Amino acid sequence: MAMTAPFFKYGMFGDEASLVLAFLIGIGFGFFLERAGFGSARKLVSQFYLNDLAVFKVMFTAIVTAMLGVTYLGWIGWLDLSLVYLVPTYLLPQVVGGLLLGAGFVVGGYCPGTSVAATATGRVDGLVYVLGIFAGMFAFAELYPFLKGFYLSGSGEALTIPGTFGLPYGLVVFAVVLMAVGGFYGAGLLEKKFAAAGE
Amino acid sequence: MNPYLAGIGLGLVLLASFVLVGRGLGATGAFNSVIAWVVGGIAPEHARSNEFIAGYLGDGGASPLKSWLLFEVVGLFAGAMFSGLLAGRAKVMTEKGPRVSVRTRLAMAFAGGVLMAFGAALARGCTSGQALTGGALLNLGSWAFMITVFAGAYAMAYFVRWQWR
Repeated sequence: MAMTAPFFKYGMFGDEASLVLAFLIGIGFGFFLERAGFGSARKLVSQFYLNDLAVFKVMFTAIVTAMLGVTYLGWIGWLDLSLVYLVPTYLLPQVVGGLLLGAGFVVGGYCPGTSVAATATGRVDGLVYVLGIFAGMFAFAELYPFLKGFYLSGSGEALTIPGTFGLPYGLVVFAVVLMAVGGFYGAGLLEKKFAAAGE
Repeated sequence: MNPYLAGIGLGLVLLASFVLVGRGLGATGAFNSVIAWVVGGIAPEHARSNEFIAGYLGDGGASPLKSWLLFEVVGLFAGAMFSGLLAGRAKVMTEKGPRVSVRTRLAMAFAGGVLMAFGAALARGCTSGQALTGGALLNLGSWAFMITVFAGAYAMAYFVRWQWR
């Protein structure tokens, strides 16, 4: 089958239409975040006290769903995966960023996407969190001249797990699915164990 | 909604984004575009001389607000509001545990947002742009990031327990 996707990269529509799609895709994104209960900080942080692992379950179900979708559409030759944007890898700043972001998640109760969903459903702490992101991001930008060296430490190539370790793409996909299924089973056990402790 | 069902829905939205536009979901970039717009409006010289902000200003032809992620995040807001109103979950309130005052909780929310911003800036994305999107694309940096997000949150959880329990 001839490659036809990603549609935008194949020139099927222009920038303006892509912005309309961004809005529509965003509606779907926000809808499912709120449906999952992620407009609530208490629900989100329950993940880190082990009495409700919905964050893990939703995140990994979404990752597996989209991963299987792109892998399948790539295999039948319909989607050109090389045209899908990959964020470049700067391992050390990304690892440090992850630790800070994780800490910020449990201190503030949200991540950027969920704080917007929380604000949209009237959560005052969500709105204050959004203001915190603006303040922090502005501070980061002002401090950028001092942080630039660290920010840019790393290769800056767009690395994938199969590419880096020389593993077949399908094998890594299979391993992620197995890991997710194992994780879902483990999450169920943890929830049972910590359900009482959570109240 | 059942978390696995919500996850499949979210995954299909992400897949649609890959297929239609060739990029995944995100959130942090939208905040950066707004900052670039504000700073660029108040102090254009300063904005252009700052490499981090200049990256979101583009070539100067179009407004920084004409950003894909910003349109997506406006949609996120609308979609979440629609779902919340539909389910009767939308109401003005502050999410907190029983042992903390509203004022303290809001101060913690602000502090968490600041921490999160530094983390997301260094990582070049957040839970949406890195963990979800990069996770599905088997991006090496995204997986390293995702593991450390959980590590950072679990390490910190004990110390802010009073806020939630």
